[in-house]
Order: sequence, then structure tokens, then C-alpha cells
Amino acid sequence: MAVLTEEQTMLRDAAKAWAQEKSPVTQFRKLRDSGNADGFDRAVWKEMAEMGWAGIVIPEEYGGTGLGTLTLGIVLEETGRTLTASPLLSTALIAAGAIALGGTDAQKQEWLPRIAEGSVVAAFAVDEGPHHHPGTLAMTKALSGTKRFVADGGAADLVVVATADGLFLVRGDAKGLTRQVLHSVDSRGFANLTFDNVEGEALSAPLDAVLDRARAGLAAEMLGTATQAFEITLDYLKTRTQFGQLIGTFQALQHRAAKMYTELELTRSCVEAALAAIDKGANDVPQLASLAKAKASELLHLVSNEMVQMHGGIGMTDAHDAGLYLKRARVAEALYGGASFHRDRYAGLMGY
Amino acid sequence: MSDVESFRAQARAWIEENLPASLKGGGARGLTDEGDSYIWGGRRAKWTNPDAKLWLERMGAKGWTAPTWPARYGGGGLSAAEARVLEQELAKAKAPQALASFGIWMLGPVLLEYASEEQKLEHLPKIVRGEIRWCQGYSEPGAGSDLAGLRTQCVDMGDHYLINGAKIWTSYANYADWIFCLVRTDNSKKHEGISFILFDMTSPGIETRPIKLISGNSPFCETFFTDVKEPKRNLVGKLNGGWEIAKRLLQYERQNISSGGFGAGGGYDLPDAAKDYVGIENGKIADADLRTRIAAHKMEAQAFGLTVRRLQEEAKAQKGPSPATSIVKYAAAKLNQDRTELLVEAMGSQGLGWDGDGYKPEEIMAMRGMLRAKANSIEGGTSEINLNVVSKRVLGLLDHQ
Repeated sequence: MAVLTEEQTMLRDAAKAWAQEKSPVTQFRKLRDSGNADGFDRAVWKEMAEMGWAGIVIPEEYGGTGLGTLTLGIVLEETGRTLTASPLLSTALIAAGAIALGGTDAQKQEWLPRIAEGSVVAAFAVDEGPHHHPGTLAMTKALSGTKRFVADGGAADLVVVATADGLFLVRGDAKGLTRQVLHSVDSRGFANLTFDNVEGEALSAPLDAVLDRARAGLAAEMLGTATQAFEITLDYLKTRTQFGQLIGTFQALQHRAAKMYTELELTRSCVEAALAAIDKGANDVPQLASLAKAKASELLHLVSNEMVQMHGGIGMTDAHDAGLYLKRARVAEALYGGASFHRDRYAGLMGY
Repeated sequence: MSDVESFRAQARAWIEENLPASLKGGGARGLTDEGDSYIWGGRRAKWTNPDAKLWLERMGAKGWTAPTWPARYGGGGLSAAEARVLEQELAKAKAPQALASFGIWMLGPVLLEYASEEQKLEHLPKIVRGEIRWCQGYSEPGAGSDLAGLRTQCVDMGDHYLINGAKIWTSYANYADWIFCLVRTDNSKKHEGISFILFDMTSPGIETRPIKLISGNSPFCETFFTDVKEPKRNLVGKLNGGWEIAKRLLQYERQNISSGGFGAGGGYDLPDAAKDYVGIENGKIADADLRTRIAAHKMEAQAFGLTVRRLQEEAKAQKGPSPATSIVKYAAAKLNQDRTELLVEAMGSQGLGWDGDGYKPEEIMAMRGMLRAKANSIEGGTSEINLNVVSKRVLGLLDHQ
């Protein structure tokens, strides 16, 4: 863990306590089983906003705390641990970050205070096909076409839309906007959004900068998810007995656990470096964001698979949490570009 | 100006004044007879470039070869922040490393922790100034991964110790002046029967034989001790208390040999080699599969570099290296093996040379480097042993019964 400020340490401890006590995986399981169409509980989101989390990247003059992306990443890591379903990433990091970055004063006045208080849920609509190709978007400023697999797209009161002509802010009740709520494997609130000459307001933030915030923030959440999945698995290795032995005494399993731990440590360095670079406005943000997202995708893929395998039979059942981690893993791995997208982007950025 | 920034100005001025002209901007270091480009110092150092000697003398006198060691023992007495500034300024000036030294990387830190005041005053200043070159007497023919199974006998003869036995994989024993050595002082116990002792390699009864590796180089030796007499004051710490010191030293060794990624900075950069030997299409390395694997490797390398930096920052808050350094050794070995394999692959048939006129020096180096890198996951603790260390000490998993 990076060397944190006192404020960050307090926030992390508070987020950890809240996530583990008030929002454990059993809460997510209940939400899933309730068939909630939003993919998250609005009362819970309000509660998170009351703790100030929705305003972490929002400047104080617009109702936030302006603590920055690394600080929000710390909270995302803790909520990611327990698979807490909330618009923290799409609203508090991506949309709020985009508006804070490129919004006019009027846009900031209109949206940021309401995001900070938790009364506006915002989504980020970018992909148009089954894969992430933000460099070749078909939608233009005419705002017609379909955006696929939009996180929190079903519930959004505001949509940040990526087009070939830049970003646009579209109100959730805009004429010509229709939604198809998706039942994704991770039971979150994804939707396809279809636009038919919808009215939007240009937002002058660069798409890449917004995407890189999304990638680094999601990587932080994934780091938390992988960390908790690993700890649950490690705990099982220390309690499950076979052949009269704790299975954690078997070297084949020990070495796989040690390799996962190595990957966790390597990924943590990348995630923290990407978040810190965003706050500093460093010029290697694109490279670090791709590094963080690629590493987090590979890490979570590995750990979620090993979680099922090392739990044996119980890991295959719906009653156990391993499946919930595996299902969230696959969605998060692909969102805003999987490892192969980011390897290609990284190579391009580095000039080969 | 903060203290650190005023130190930066001082360091920069000192380097400007004292770095010999022929070494400025990464000039010739003066290759040594070991066939590498490090300056190891010692009584038997051969200097092909006298400026390298001058640079070592100046840096040693300043204590900046061991910047954070106390000035009382010849060190630089710098804070961690100042030492980092010094490192940055030396890098900026492209100054060659003044001294490569097992004394600085491994022995010194444990002497500071475990040795008597008399031993510290005797040995540390000579390490700092590069006057004495040290080697490491750890592994034996029958004690590799199971290091505590070592059998070199050290018998108390009343007024001296008598040492008999054999060590193996002793790095550069044939060039070293002194050895730090693990010996058995009690045959009735395993870990609790080991002691840590220092002695002069010119003592009668010591023989070294270089071992030729698959890379063609001989960085390691077999070392034999026959009735070697050593003064009892050379024992460090408690009699039969050497295992704790041995393990501590291994942490420093694993941290140091791997924190630079096994010297991955040098040589041909992979993407450049791939562009040169494979070709370019639309600005990309023409072989898409190779390009992807190179990118994946470069990302691992960056992740590794960020992790080393993070662990160093975190270690400042604690004291000394954490058990997590074992992941660094494990990861560094894999990284360097992947890098050297990719480099050979990228060069195609030009990467498959051994020596002779048909190949450029960097092509020979690529193959030799790949072969040498096979040792990375064996030397200083095998990758399997390092994974065991992580499993037990970091993750708290138990030994199989």
C-alpha cells in the first residue's frame, strides 16, 4: 500500500469498516436475488454519498471535497472487496471527473453539487460494438445510434456520451433516448442506450483522459475484488482438511498462492501509480492507465479462477461466493478494454 | 531551499568537480578481467582505466559508495532522502557505479546489525573504500536449497578455529580478498549448529577453482578449505547463532541482486531489436504475436520497477527488507529470463551465435545473456525456495507434515 496521508488513511479505514460490516457480499447476493432493475440500491448509494464518497473528485466550491482520484481509488478498492454494487465508479469518478475536467462553469454548477449529494446518477456511454474500440466511434454530434453495455445505464439521470465529435452530456429524460436494460452475468445495472437525434450539450473533456480515469478507477475496484477473493481462498487453504492435512500445507497449492500474491503486489503498484499520475496531471497517464487495467484484468482472471478451483466442489455452487467473484471478474476484465486491448495500446504509446 | 534540495546542489557540484572526465556521460568504465564492466575493487583489482580507480577513491573517501551507512564506519551518513537525491544526481551525470560490492550489498548491512563494535570498525571502512573485496561462502555440494544442511566444519581449538570443508557457487572467490562464511560449529543440531565467520582468503589451506557455465563465463567457484586456521575474534554474533544472520543476509542479497532486475537496463532494448531484425509495418513491429509478447513483457518490467520503488518507500517506515522481497527475487528472475529469451527470438538466426565473425557483439551478448539468465532462478535461492518463503512467512501457510 502506498504511503498514505492521514486523511486517506482515515477514509480507507472508514470505507473498509463500512464495506465489511454494512455491505458484505451477502448484501450483494440479496440485491441479486431481489431482481433489482437498477443493479444497485438507491438507499445504499445515498448512504455512500452522505459519507462524502460521491464528491471525492469534485472541487469544494461545487460541493465535493476535492481529495482526488487516488483517494477515490482507495474507497473503490474497499467497496470492490465486497462486490458492493453502486454507481461510485460511473458517477463519482467517471462522470464527475469528466465534468470537473472539462465542464463549463454552468455545467459544473448544474451537475456536480447534485452528484456530490447522491441525487444524480450518471453513466458513461462509449462502446458501440461487442469490443472496446474508442478510436473508431461511429456516433457523431448528431447523437444517433446505439451505445452498448453502459454501466449504470438503466438508472442514469445523466449520460456522458462519447462520440467521434467529442463528449456530450445528455439528460436521462431526453427525447429520443431509449434504454434496453441488460441482465449481465454480474447482476449490475448495464443497459444498451439507443439515441435518435437526441439533444446534448458538448462537454470539452478529452475522451482519452476520461477513459483513463475510468480504467484506473476500475482497476482499483478490481484490485480490491481480487484481494478479497485471494484472502477468502487463503483462509480456505488454512481451514480445509484432506488426507488428514490442511490443504494449505501442500506445496502445489502454496506455490500457486505465492504466485497470486506476487501478482497482487505487482498490480497494486501499477494501480496506485496510475491514480497518483492522474492527480499529478503527469504525461504518462495513458501508459500507466493501460498498464493498470491490463494487470488488473489478468490478476482478477487468475484469482477468480483459482478461487473456484481451490475451493473444489463448494466453489462450483451458487451458495458459495466464489461464483459471484468470478462473474464480476469477467465483466470488469472486459470493461473499458481488456488486457489484449491495453497491451496493444501500450505498445503503440511506446512507439512499437 | 529545503535541506534535501540544498544537498542536491552540493551533490551536483561535487560530482561535477570529482567525476573524472573520461567517465563523464557514461564513458568507458575500464573492463575488468572478469569480463564484466563492474568495478569490484579489492587488493587484486586490475585497472584498465586509471580514472575508474580515481573515481572509486574519491567516492570511497566521501563515504558515498555506502551513502546511508554511519560516517563512524566510513559511510556517507546520509538520510534515505539524501541518498535518493545522490542516486538521482549520479544518474543524471551518467556516472558509472563507483563500486560493485558484496560487502556493500550483503555483508555490511548484517555487520551493522550483528557485529561487535571492533568488527564494524575493522571491516566496514575497508568495504566502503573498496579496499577489500568479499565473497560469500554459503552453498555446499550437499547443501543447495537445503542450505542449513551445510557441513563445513569449524572446530574450536582453544586459541583458534580450524576449518575444513568445501563451498560451491562462491561468486568470484578467485578474485576475493575475504570471505563471509557459514560453518558448522555443532553437529548435533541443524539450524542451531551454524555459525557466521569472516576470514582472509589468503590464509593457508584455501583453494578456489572457477566453474565454467553454459554461458561460457565463470562467475562462480568451488572453494576448498583444508585445515584453515582462523582467529576466534572473526566469529560474528553468537556461536551457533549464525542461521539468523545467514537468513537476514539472504534478504539483502535477494533484494539487491534483483532490485535492478538483474541488470535488465543494459543491452539492446527489446522493441528496438524487434524493429531492426523483424521489421516494421504501419509503425508496428511486423510480427504481431511477437509484438504482443514484447508489450506484455515490457508491462511486467514496468510493474516490477514500480513495485521495487513502492517496497523501498514502505521499507523506510519499517526497518530493513520485508519478507515480501522474496517476491522481488522471484519476479526479477522470471522477468530477466523472459527478456533474454525474447531478445534471442527477435534476432532470429543472428541471435543464435556463440562467437566468431558472423555475429555482432550485441548478438553474442544476447545469446550469452539468455544462457546466463538460466541461473537467475537458481542463484541466491531458487524460485521454488522463494515461493516457499512467501508461502510460509508472508501468507502463513504451514509446512507439510
